[in-house]
Amino acid sequence: MRRVRIKDDALEQRMFIQRSLFAVVIVALIALLLAGRAFWLQVVQHAHYLELSQGNRARIEPLPPNRGIIYDRARRVMAENTPAYQLELVREQAGDLEDTLSRLVRFGLLEAADVARVRQLTLSRRSFEAVPFLLQLDDEEVARYAVHRHELPGVMLETRMARHYPYGPVGAHALGYVGTISEDDLVRVDRERYFGTGVIGKTGVERAYEQVLLGTGGYREVLVNAEGRPVKLGAGADAQLETHEPQAGRDLRLTIDIELQRIAEEAFAGRRGGVVAIDPSNGDVLVFASLPSFDPNGFARGISRSEYVALTENPDQPLFNRVLRGTYPPGSTVKPLMALAGLENGVIRPEDQAYCGGSYSLPGSRHRFREPKRGGTHGAVDMRRAVMKSCDVYFYRLANTLGIERIHDSMSRMGFGQPTGIDIAGERGGIMPSPAWKKTAFSTREQQVWFPGETVIVGIGQGYWTATLLQLAKATALLATRGKHYRPRLVRALADPATGAIEEKKPEALPSIELKHVENWEIIVEAMVAVTTGGTATQAARGATYSIAGKTGTAQVFSVGQTEKYDEKEVAERLRDHALFVAFAPAEAPKLAVAVLVENGGFGSSAAAPIARAIFDAYLVKAPQ
Amino acid sequence: MIYGELGDSRTRRTVTGMARLLRALRLDGMLLSALVAVSLFGLFVLYSAAGDNTALWFSQFARIGIGFTLLILLAQVPDHFLRMLSPAAYLVGLILLVIVAFAGDIGKGAQRWLDLGIIRFQPSEIMKLAVPMMCAWYMHQRPLPPSFKDIAVIFLIVILPVALIAEQPDLGTALLVAASGMIVLVMGGLSPVYLLGGVAVMGAAVPVAWHFLHDYQRQRILTLLDPQSDALGAGYHIIQSQIAIGSGGVFGKGWMNGSQAQLEFLPERSTDFIFAVIGEELGLLGLIALLVGYLFIVGRGTYMALQCRDAFARLLAGSIALTFFVYACVNAGMVMGLLPVVGVPLPLVSYGGTSFVTLMAGFGILMSLHSSRKLVG
Repeated sequence: MRRVRIKDDALEQRMFIQRSLFAVVIVALIALLLAGRAFWLQVVQHAHYLELSQGNRARIEPLPPNRGIIYDRARRVMAENTPAYQLELVREQAGDLEDTLSRLVRFGLLEAADVARVRQLTLSRRSFEAVPFLLQLDDEEVARYAVHRHELPGVMLETRMARHYPYGPVGAHALGYVGTISEDDLVRVDRERYFGTGVIGKTGVERAYEQVLLGTGGYREVLVNAEGRPVKLGAGADAQLETHEPQAGRDLRLTIDIELQRIAEEAFAGRRGGVVAIDPSNGDVLVFASLPSFDPNGFARGISRSEYVALTENPDQPLFNRVLRGTYPPGSTVKPLMALAGLENGVIRPEDQAYCGGSYSLPGSRHRFREPKRGGTHGAVDMRRAVMKSCDVYFYRLANTLGIERIHDSMSRMGFGQPTGIDIAGERGGIMPSPAWKKTAFSTREQQVWFPGETVIVGIGQGYWTATLLQLAKATALLATRGKHYRPRLVRALADPATGAIEEKKPEALPSIELKHVENWEIIVEAMVAVTTGGTATQAARGATYSIAGKTGTAQVFSVGQTEKYDEKEVAERLRDHALFVAFAPAEAPKLAVAVLVENGGFGSSAAAPIARAIFDAYLVKAPQ
Repeated sequence: MIYGELGDSRTRRTVTGMARLLRALRLDGMLLSALVAVSLFGLFVLYSAAGDNTALWFSQFARIGIGFTLLILLAQVPDHFLRMLSPAAYLVGLILLVIVAFAGDIGKGAQRWLDLGIIRFQPSEIMKLAVPMMCAWYMHQRPLPPSFKDIAVIFLIVILPVALIAEQPDLGTALLVAASGMIVLVMGGLSPVYLLGGVAVMGAAVPVAWHFLHDYQRQRILTLLDPQSDALGAGYHIIQSQIAIGSGGVFGKGWMNGSQAQLEFLPERSTDFIFAVIGEELGLLGLIALLVGYLFIVGRGTYMALQCRDAFARLLAGSIALTFFVYACVNAGMVMGLLPVVGVPLPLVSYGGTSFVTLMAGFGILMSLHSSRKLVG
């Protein structure tokens, strides 16, 4: 038997009334609780909170961590933290921000062009945060601030640790620099971690290892009066204030040898270009120079608009990282690699001779691919002689026999057409051309066709082929180790300054190149040694106490990149070919592989090879082994 | 009202004219006056809290206009129509919530918004009304107090949208929606045995719920227990808002004179933490005045619910009135450090369009339900 329940509205109404009364009682109780809490805060605890809010209030002052120190491979300091005066702005204390900014300009503490940037910077941080805007004041600026201090509410002079690069421009492109945190930077990092930290790594190692270098910030509570000036109460009040110590960032040990770097940069004698020196046994980059360089201390100090514009508008482009981002036709420096590809694919033997009559034509074509003027004719040449004398005709013929697909495959395996994977950001990959590449690079059908003539000039490292100095140095290291391969790196170890623990980074081996005929390595190396002993680089290698395996090259400059007007002499200079030289030494047990480029240097033998020689001499002869 | 003052015949005529107009528009004069008064009080405080940002103030002013318009419009809808509409509104809201879960915009780290091209809105706002409507619709067809089966169904009706909203994540709104549904159940005569049992189960479920909370939500609860443990992050809100309220004292520091609020020590001061601005600038008296305003609205709303003619109207009206109070005490409790920081605005006062408009829509429905009783005498 189931009782059927029927809706009884009278009953439901009574119940609703009863429930409503219940609800009203609950509401009243909660309201009393809330009022009671307000009474507790506003009457009982009033004095306590008033003290916190009005006369003296606890403010949280950040304790920024010490940024990790950067050493070169011999523990010489490349980037350190030195005490410096900096100006900081606290928005909530500045009153009228615009007024304060215009005063700073009037007192010569801020450039008019920087006002917008500082305003943005200040508004992007919380109002009670001190935002550093002028990082390293000189004595005169400190004096000027002292005079006008009372007119600058919310602007404070603080002693903070500031970044200093003792070697200045030497190695700046590898090291990078720190600068004031911009709004863009705040998008990609965790804002909380930068509370109280004014700078962030912008380029190079400073940027790539930002998270390692930064450390963890701490804070302490300080009592400040209504104007934000710290005040002291009794010891009792101080005891309640908390302090959290910051943790310093980790130190870096670079692979760079800063003295070798300096010698390399000086060898350029004011010319533009770049050089990379790699230890072939582990991928350590000992020299990473892009010239002209710039002084990273300018950025660490808080570079002004005008200084920055001067750097960016300099026609020599000092901020352009030629090693990492410059892509050049590799020219004749790739001939040993081409010869190796020929041997491995079985299309030539070392002793096979070709006749060089000064030009080469494809079968059925009348177009002549010529030797450069000074080379003239080489007559009958075998492989060794072709590398030694840099005979273009031999390699035109070889390229045509190999065909573009096989060239592309061999050279891609040696790292062309893709970034080397060095441990700093922004690297370019250059172009290793192929018919497939041409299809994606051009839009119209006619442009997409691959012509046999384009294969021919790839044989001497021209045409669409472009490479970075890092790629050339890495490929040279590959020849030096007879096929062993490492990812180039700038950082070899991380060290924790608090514990002293050192984390060594293992060299990162890439898939090595296995030849079908191992003796081919020695054939190529021997031909490269011939280059420096009777070949195109003989002059630069004269008197060396060790043997050098090298190859010269020139890269054609197609046009002047800039549209600015130069005087005629200058234009002629900038139309000259780039000089290239790749080498490793000692040839039988290589310790260093080098790739040099001198922009508009003319011939590789006279402009680029002596720079490599200077590096080898310094590293192999003078340095203690 | 002091009737002695209405001796003048013109005044009396105006008053009775006003009463007639209100009746014609199916509005409740007392509730409407209280709503207007609290809204004006809110505008007054917001003017100070917004600081230099007068655009913000004007936009809130406009939203109040929209809100009251919507209230008047909804008051014209007959109650049987509202009842008929309830399941549809609930279903549409649920579908929109699912869409948001997969395709919604992300604002302030949570996925709540649905962009319809012309307007962007939070479907969770619809649910604040659709859930109590659905619960009341379901319960009014069945004999009360609800059977165990009915309770289970109501529970399901509530938990679906609540889970979706909590996952966005918007814990504050999820709690409010859950409260609105549960209130319907309790007002419908849920047996005290179930009520106490439910409380016990919830207590037992705390460790389980903890497991499902987002990290930041856990942080907020931990922070409530010890604000100093995270003085730079989540604890900052609570510390600063308590300093603001406590330093206000009985009479406050004066309108536009709160140093905590005006010097921007107080975060979110025109939205979720505006209660602290009132406490600092207008003192205990300001807070009590606001609380009295709220109590009047809740009291009047509950009284109107008692007069409704059927179970649907009673339950829905009661839920709207009481949920309003839940809003107020969750926000006040959070700002005064009694509850964890959940994003619930202070009703009728906080800056923010959707919340105000939804509240007004609710009161519009309440007035419609109340007025409809007269049609049957």
